[in-house]
Amino acid sequence: MSATTAGWLVLLCPLVGTIVIALGYRVWPGRSAGWIGTLAIALSFVFSVIAFAKLLSFSPDHRQLTSTLWNYDVSAGVDAKLQILVDPLSVFMILVVSGVSTLIHLYSVTYMTRDRGFTRYFSYLNYFVFSMLLLVLAGNFLVLIVGWAFVGAASYLLISFWYRRTTATRAGIKAFVINTVGDVGLVIATFIIFQHAHTVQFLPVFHSVHHDFVRNGTPIVAACLLLLVGALAKSAQVPLHTWLPDAMEGPTPVSALIHAATMVTAGVYLIARMHALFEWAPTAADVGAIVGCLTLLIAGTVALVMTDIKRVIAYSTMSQIGYMIMGVSLGAYSAGLFHLMTHAFFKALLFMAAGSVIGAMAGEQSLDRMGGFRRALPFTFICFLVGGLALGGFPPFSGWLSKDDIIAFADHRGGAFLILGIAGYAGALLTGIYTFRMIFRTFFGDPVPEAVELEHGHLAHAEVPRNPMTGEEEDTDVGFPGPDHFIAEREWPMKIAMGALAVLALIGGLIQIPGVDDGVTKFLDPTFADSKYYHVDVRAAPAWVGLVIGALIAIAGIAIAYRIYIARRGTAAQLRERFAAAYTFLWHKWYFDELIDFLIVRPALWTGRFVQSVLERNLIQGVFTGGTTGAVRAGSAAVRRAQTGFVRYYAALMIVCIGGVALYFLISSS
Amino acid sequence: MSAVLFFIAAIGALTGAIGVVILRDPFYCVLALAVHLVSLAALFLLLRAEFVAAAQVIVYAGAVMVLYVFVVAYVGGGESLTSGAVLRVLGPLFALALAIELCIAMLGAGLKGVSSKGAPYVLGFGTPAHLGRLFLTQYLLPFEIASILLLVAAVGAVVLARRRRGLEAEGERIDAFLLAARRPAYTGTMAEGAGIRPATQNVDYAIEAERVGSGAGDGTGSGSNQEGGW
Amino acid sequence: MAIGWYLTVSALIFSIGAAGVLVRRNPLVILLCLELMLNGANLALVAFSRMWGGEDGQIFALIVMVVAAAEVTVGLGLVVAIYRLRMPIDVDQLSELQG
Repeated sequence: MSATTAGWLVLLCPLVGTIVIALGYRVWPGRSAGWIGTLAIALSFVFSVIAFAKLLSFSPDHRQLTSTLWNYDVSAGVDAKLQILVDPLSVFMILVVSGVSTLIHLYSVTYMTRDRGFTRYFSYLNYFVFSMLLLVLAGNFLVLIVGWAFVGAASYLLISFWYRRTTATRAGIKAFVINTVGDVGLVIATFIIFQHAHTVQFLPVFHSVHHDFVRNGTPIVAACLLLLVGALAKSAQVPLHTWLPDAMEGPTPVSALIHAATMVTAGVYLIARMHALFEWAPTAADVGAIVGCLTLLIAGTVALVMTDIKRVIAYSTMSQIGYMIMGVSLGAYSAGLFHLMTHAFFKALLFMAAGSVIGAMAGEQSLDRMGGFRRALPFTFICFLVGGLALGGFPPFSGWLSKDDIIAFADHRGGAFLILGIAGYAGALLTGIYTFRMIFRTFFGDPVPEAVELEHGHLAHAEVPRNPMTGEEEDTDVGFPGPDHFIAEREWPMKIAMGALAVLALIGGLIQIPGVDDGVTKFLDPTFADSKYYHVDVRAAPAWVGLVIGALIAIAGIAIAYRIYIARRGTAAQLRERFAAAYTFLWHKWYFDELIDFLIVRPALWTGRFVQSVLERNLIQGVFTGGTTGAVRAGSAAVRRAQTGFVRYYAALMIVCIGGVALYFLISSS
Repeated sequence: MSAVLFFIAAIGALTGAIGVVILRDPFYCVLALAVHLVSLAALFLLLRAEFVAAAQVIVYAGAVMVLYVFVVAYVGGGESLTSGAVLRVLGPLFALALAIELCIAMLGAGLKGVSSKGAPYVLGFGTPAHLGRLFLTQYLLPFEIASILLLVAAVGAVVLARRRRGLEAEGERIDAFLLAARRPAYTGTMAEGAGIRPATQNVDYAIEAERVGSGAGDGTGSGSNQEGGW
Repeated sequence: MAIGWYLTVSALIFSIGAAGVLVRRNPLVILLCLELMLNGANLALVAFSRMWGGEDGQIFALIVMVVAAAEVTVGLGLVVAIYRLRMPIDVDQLSELQG
């Protein structure tokens, strides 16, 4: 089996999984759909490993393999092929995606038990994994766009999974509309690139970018900025980020998979894949770096005041992706992708642990109502702690090595990029604070009633299921969450998944220790061989200085959080009063939602209403349809008056006309 | 000699024709037509069309007119039956115009034979022998079609005029017929089916039709005019 | 007599029939006037047949007679049916096939 065959099989398994589960929708008994889905993704992971192994058997110069399944059309110069590109970057991505997806599927089998939409959930989830794998394995722009769009569709389907909740459906629509903006950017960028390069396949485009474009000229900058728009929409960066917190309406494993580990990293993958273009358009790359930096700061500040546990983690995702975007825009490709991998581990872990806590709280998600779960949920506490330490960048967890790698690169590039590096450290401080705010508020302090019940061995159960955001009453029927809640301590699939991720979060960083083994950098070398930033040696010493600073900042963040939330209890309330204006500003998420509503949503709705009431009713219905029918009716009414029903009138008409015809012939023949 | 006969026959024909148009009682009209037909037969004889003349008398005056007499006797009808003012004046005018035109057409056309007495006489012209030969050789198809036509007419007449047995009496049939012609407004419309404007009894159809006809293109808009949120 | 005379008579008969159709209201009489028109046409046909010397016109005239007979049959059947339904035998009132 060659590497490319393994690549096709990686794509085939989740596709078959989706179709099998969907076609047998009514037939699958119990939880078998879940096991089928998990098996499909596990097979996909196995094939990813095989692809990885086969790829390593090639020499480093020959590790970019393409394989075409068939040609759709080669006409008008557009070479549309169903083509995959198996090279170190895509193998790296499929390993991460399929690996984390397998664990999340396993977790979901338990989490979604007795939900009426269980089978539908797994067919959607498999479809999502297929789309994401298609996206990262794409060998040309067309397949990339297809995968991109499919991922957006899967995200919509899964966010509004509990479709009888209006909050969920609204969130789904919001996510999809914002993603569409990104899709438009991506497609137009493809047009521009095709116009200059005359091909849509990746490798030819990248190899000839120096010939086809003028460095930093308008076409390439425009194309890269539009690609950036696509990346920003998919990765939830400012200003296209407002959909991500609302996307937490979906089930927690969905948040773990799509909105933490995989889909939102598609933007990072895009920039990394298009690095040849971005390096040839430094303006666009700088814009990307600045946007990433702004996002990581904005998201970090907002996470300080959010009270819904899933939204805190969502904003932290946004912030970490800001790091990654900043990293790959600056040229720190291996660092950015390494952070992608470690982030997938610890963020999925955090979401899973949060799901366990929410289960213990019988569906309640607000931090205000949580506290003291340390003794009731020991395993979840340890997982949460591991994830939180990794996120905060505490040594020797994986997040520490990856995040500081990016910041070190920014510092290394020097000049104005130093500001980005300092901002990165500020973001790290905020990360530590908000992460441990979450941990201290949930697990420390006085146990809430649910925790006390759990310590006595009784899992809390809500009599009336409620929407966690609005509090309105719900049902547990189709379209709503199921009646049961699960915690990790009691369910072995959840334990296995979380345990595996915890171990990875702990030791996952060891493959890229600066100066020691640089595993990721070496592996990804063939993809980025043509980059001028890749072979820059960030020397081991400055890298270790950066790591030490990062560790100190992480500890400082934890200490500040400790002081506010544990040592002196009322400090949070005091700060809230002292800085009331700032608090309100952050509470409203920097007013982005209101801004977008004012600038875009309201004019669009107004236009729609105007068109409907004025144009459609008056012009189209009135003038066009009404006018046409009215004209026909008037015309036929005029003609109808000739049909009086009087026979003699008809006879008279006939005689007059016959006389007229005879007269005509008389005259014309004389 | 033939000129005298011609004028007698012509005047007879024209008198009969005018009699048909002017006489009030339809029975007298039928009789006038019979006179006309016989005169026409005389004119045919003057034109040496013996068989056609015979056929005219036997078939036309002898069978068709008899049929007419029967029907007129059955139906009757003799009230003042002349038209309204307009056509009473215009009708004869149109006819006069038509007559003048036809005369001009036929006489002023420059046909050589119009002023002659006809082609040289061939022995047997107009006899049944000649006509029969033509019917069965050159004009066979029209002959056959004519017989089919007669068959169809006979069957049609029987069907039209028969009395329907076994159904309700004639009096009720006419009432049902008249009622069906005047339905209540909106019967069978979608509005009725949707319950928006139920079919009302005793509504004058003509007035309702006028009212509805004036508001064109109105029906579809009202139902879908909901203020929808996004 | 010259053929022209016969044609004149034919034209007059035809137009008198036309006038009758326009003026009378009884459908029976209208049918009679229709017969008049057909007869006028027959006369013209026979006259032309005499003019040309061939019997084609006479054959045509015979067929016209057949058609007239058929038409009268059906028309009278209709009138009888209308009479049976107690509807007025007046063309001006039998005008529902309108609009």
